[in-house]
Amino acid sequence: MAEYGFDTLAVHAGAQPDPATGARITPIYQTSAYVFENADQAAALFNLQVFGNIYSRIMNPTVAVLEERIAALEGGTAGLAASSGHAAQHLVFHTLMEPGAEFISARQLYGGSVNQFSQAFAKYDWHVRWADAMDANSFARAVTDKTRAIFCESIANPGGVISDLEGIARVAEQVGVPFIVDNTLATPWLIRPFEWGAHIVVHSATKFLGGHGNSLAGAIVESGTFDWAKSGKYRTLTEDNPSYHGIRFYETFGDFAFCVAARALSLRDLGPCLAPENAFLTLTGIETLPLRMKRHCENALVIADWLARDERVEWVNYAGLPSHPLHAAHRKYCPKGAGSVFTFGLRGGFDAGMKLVDSVRIFSHLANIGDTRSLVIHPASTTHRQLSDEDRVKAGAGPEVVRLSIGIEDVRDLIADLDQAMQ
Amino acid sequence: MVPNYPDALIARLLRSVHRIAMIGASPNPARPSYFAMKYLLDKGFEIVPVNPGQAGKDILGQKVYARIADLPAPIDMVDIFRNSAAAGPVTDEAIAEKQRLGLKVLWMQLGVVNEEAAQRAEAAGLTVIMNRCPKIEYGRLSGEIGWYGVNRRTIDNRKPFAFSQGGTLRRD
Repeated sequence: MAEYGFDTLAVHAGAQPDPATGARITPIYQTSAYVFENADQAAALFNLQVFGNIYSRIMNPTVAVLEERIAALEGGTAGLAASSGHAAQHLVFHTLMEPGAEFISARQLYGGSVNQFSQAFAKYDWHVRWADAMDANSFARAVTDKTRAIFCESIANPGGVISDLEGIARVAEQVGVPFIVDNTLATPWLIRPFEWGAHIVVHSATKFLGGHGNSLAGAIVESGTFDWAKSGKYRTLTEDNPSYHGIRFYETFGDFAFCVAARALSLRDLGPCLAPENAFLTLTGIETLPLRMKRHCENALVIADWLARDERVEWVNYAGLPSHPLHAAHRKYCPKGAGSVFTFGLRGGFDAGMKLVDSVRIFSHLANIGDTRSLVIHPASTTHRQLSDEDRVKAGAGPEVVRLSIGIEDVRDLIADLDQAMQ
Repeated sequence: MVPNYPDALIARLLRSVHRIAMIGASPNPARPSYFAMKYLLDKGFEIVPVNPGQAGKDILGQKVYARIADLPAPIDMVDIFRNSAAAGPVTDEAIAEKQRLGLKVLWMQLGVVNEEAAQRAEAAGLTVIMNRCPKIEYGRLSGEIGWYGVNRRTIDNRKPFAFSQGGTLRRD
């Protein structure tokens, strides 16, 4: 098999000239359904016996190019897109879990995922147990006979934390459960979790993959290396499926069975499909992912270093700084950069944080990350406002904390903007 | 050890074989062998099902034979839909009939790996593929499987044929 370089895959993987028109750029197939060739082919499509398009909730040619491209960048066997990163997580767990089952997640997590795991999933009787992303043994201690998966973010939001992927993967291997990694903040340009032993990667492609703050999108990629039959715990994949006349997904689709099952069952039945136009915008964004990530990381390091030397700043939580406790993890897992999302603490506390977000003129004050534009948020007065003082501190959102997502603008303009806003 | 094969080899085999004996073909529409048989028939291959329990009956309109020794020549490829242990004796039957059938390729399905059998078949002059599905490989190399988000690991800047005409596989 040809082994193309990452930058070539970012531009080309999954795409080819349109078979009907020769259009070089992937067309936006803005259609809800597809005509069948004949009644026999229609039946075969519904039975999954042949490959083809049926209905855009389940598959769409524009979306399929995005799925294949992200799968190629991650080095996986197949991908599946969803309407958001949250939807992608929902589909992954819906495929793996059953009522009463548990999974273990790092507690260093995007706040929205904390809610999804602890609140929304509890309604399905799926239960999360928490562990520490930097301590693989904490995952081993949380294992029970109900554990069905292990989850963490490669670089954890709100930044600074680089998870011990290799150590956590070893625990998953010993327990015999799939290791799921949210690779949103790192992107495969910085970290390819499959190379450290992960089995499933999820993305909010809304962030650095799409990269321009214009489209919600989510993605799932599978490594093709997990043996779904061994433990007998993943019945969706191994048992006769009643909604497809008794087919067994793992036996039939082998090393891409997880994505086929997540598509043909969970996406079909729950419905969070990606719109083709969002897939198109995300694809266009991915073409420049390597260039953008390099600049994002370079700018972030310069700004973190500048902040760390500024007397108005109490601390900077960026693993790219040599003084950071996770600098060694950064050198091991993502030597090309430590990402562009990180937090820092203002000596002036809550009021200084409020003043900063009101005074910046290039940084945008909003609740997103991974945009070409630099972004800022003061969690204590926004995303974490509803928590108690104590819980805010535990969540890394104390009164002095500011989160930055560094964009690709001229770094001296970004420094000047922060400098004037901290006056 | 999972064997790895170059795309060029798989593509060459899929373009060169025409009549495939499918060992372990099943009349049950939920079985992977039925999926593969239906798909490959749709793509223009001739499939001859082999299954002693179904001998004399039809699967997807094709007459079923009990054993390789009963097959009418020519047969280009034997595709084994049996477990890895059973693949051994099947391989020996195939080797015994190689000359008469004009057999060129011995293919073991996804999950089927039998190194000793593969060595015997290669020594007899057969090209051997293990742990792969011709349906999936055809879908991958023609481009059609990309509709399922599968990573085809190929880049091609040419306008492909329609998938019903072989897609990218027809090009090279």
